[in-house]
Amino acid sequence: MSGSTQWPLWEVFVRSRRGLSHTHAGSLHAPDAEMALRNARDLYTRRSEGVSIWVVPSASVTASSPDEKDSFFEPAGDKPYRHPTFYEIPEGVRHL
Amino acid sequence: MNSTPTDTDPGTGAGLGAETATAALALADDALILSHRLGEWAGHAPELEEDVALANIALDLLGQARILYTLVGDEDELAYLREERAFRNLQLVEQPNGDFAHTIARQLYFSTYQRLLYGRLATGDGPFAALAAKAVKEVDYHQDHAEQWTLRLGDGTAESHERMERACTALWRFTGEMFQPVGDGDGLDGVDRQELAESWLSSVTAVLRRATLTVPEGPRSGAWTAGAGRQGLHTESFGRMLAEMQHLHRSHPGASW
Amino acid sequence: METTAAAREAAFDTAVAADERIEPRDWMPEAYRASLVRQMAQHAHSEIIGMQPEANWITRAPSLRRKAILMAKVQDEAGHGLYLYSAAETLGTSRDELLDKLHAGRQKYSSIFNYPTLTWADVGAIGWLVDGAAITNQVPLCRCSYGPYARAMVRICKEESFHQRQGYESLLALSQGTPAQHEMAQDAVNRWWWPSLMMFGPPDDESAHSAQSMIWKIKRHSNDELRQRFVDICVPQAEALGLTLPDPDLKWNEERGQHDFGAIDWNEFREVLKGNGPCNEARISQRRRAHEEGAWVREAATAYAAKHSGDDSGGGSDAAGEVTA
Repeated sequence: MSGSTQWPLWEVFVRSRRGLSHTHAGSLHAPDAEMALRNARDLYTRRSEGVSIWVVPSASVTASSPDEKDSFFEPAGDKPYRHPTFYEIPEGVRHL
Repeated sequence: MNSTPTDTDPGTGAGLGAETATAALALADDALILSHRLGEWAGHAPELEEDVALANIALDLLGQARILYTLVGDEDELAYLREERAFRNLQLVEQPNGDFAHTIARQLYFSTYQRLLYGRLATGDGPFAALAAKAVKEVDYHQDHAEQWTLRLGDGTAESHERMERACTALWRFTGEMFQPVGDGDGLDGVDRQELAESWLSSVTAVLRRATLTVPEGPRSGAWTAGAGRQGLHTESFGRMLAEMQHLHRSHPGASW
Repeated sequence: METTAAAREAAFDTAVAADERIEPRDWMPEAYRASLVRQMAQHAHSEIIGMQPEANWITRAPSLRRKAILMAKVQDEAGHGLYLYSAAETLGTSRDELLDKLHAGRQKYSSIFNYPTLTWADVGAIGWLVDGAAITNQVPLCRCSYGPYARAMVRICKEESFHQRQGYESLLALSQGTPAQHEMAQDAVNRWWWPSLMMFGPPDDESAHSAQSMIWKIKRHSNDELRQRFVDICVPQAEALGLTLPDPDLKWNEERGQHDFGAIDWNEFREVLKGNGPCNEARISQRRRAHEEGAWVREAATAYAAKHSGDDSGGGSDAAGEVTA
């Protein structure tokens, strides 16, 4: 009856103003990319929330698995030398 | 009713000339009536996303109508207290929604006209220039929306193709009116109607062809020499639409809301 | 990287207890998932069914300003429905499935929308009381343990406060208007007050899902707690409106520091829930009709997309998929 007519799902990314990157706003259904863009404009920027929109078919998103959380993200946790606060600078030295 | 209600003297509002006021009223009525019709879709659209899209268009049009009415007088008096014969909108915009194809065909015809007209008004320095400059951005989007859907319905399934053909043909006879003078004079800053009509036809023809639809043939206006919407002559469903729109306001004379 | 079931469950419990958010691909207990889908679906359905009683007045709004406000509001409700379906879809349930369940009567929506909007004042009363109750219910959901739901609620709550304020303003105009308008406003408040109190759900000792939902932080406060909060908020607001609330037992209780209020007719609540409200049938059939009558349109767009999938204007995030304002 109605089950076969559902349009695919799209993820919507909105740049809220110039100088910022696009951030994920949510998703919606649309038959194709052109309509997805327009639907996103109507749905996610109707209160002037954006200046630019990306839409991506949800099926095209590859995500890291939460089960691999430890191996993926923990190894970065013990490398404080990547952060500027790791380094001590003599008092009075500026512009560093 | 044997007397003909005339205009509620639209020339007094903001010092506009009578011709300009008549034109403002005609454009305002177009926008209000189409907005009202689109508002009837709320909760009935083929998909939720489309509910949101149609409401956006309806809100843009309502905003345009309100600015235009204010040029002429009090917006609510003009919208709620005029009789059917005093409304100057095109018959096209008052046509009932029908199925989604009818609504889209109506949108295509009207938004193409509005985009071309406002584009021209925006480049002039007449009383409509500022309004048109803002409105043309909105109307561009309406035209795009109508075009996208015309393509999808025309070149979609056999059923949608047939429905869209039928809708385009049914509304064709209301399209000539868009290029006739508004009222007695011409308050539209001397926009060249002939040229407007040609641009409209080539734009609509291009979209219909891309959508694999045939460009309708046949007359583009009625045979009644008395005129049509611009002369305050409407189709029968319009009176009922106005009755619904106005009854609450009229039931409480002088009340504010 | 096998994790034992017990360890997973412990990790989930710890995360929830520590007020961390659960995200779509995280492991979660089946019952948590089911509970969320049920609640988000019911919430989404409420938004889209909730369009109907108000859309009922778009064509009759008594001024152009009110017409614009009402249209924007009903549009927001469609939008909120979309945010919520979108949140529900992160758990792998498609919108179509959810809509099918709604249309078949297998999933519920808020019972309040089974009452009719008989006069223009009902639109104001819905804004003030129904949206007011909804906000009271929903603000805590912005901190719900499930990330996508919480994020949708943040967006929704921001927009809802417009709804409540416009409703209040509209009722105020009526209350301070002509005697006929005042009477219309009072009549609407009389009809919407009790159903609004029912929106918080059955009393705590009868609420089927409450206890577990509180532990899971899908829910943050009990039904009775929120209902009490709502009553306390509304009393001074009604006074400022110059309208009365239809409850002779409503009075300030010095000792509790809260208002006492009369007994709610839970029988009516259950009956409306069962389908015997004044509009249950009409609401669902309109929804079903819109969906069925839209089928050919959705099919057409799908067919068009299939035919033209090869001819889009090239890829790249800065080209085909982007619109810049």
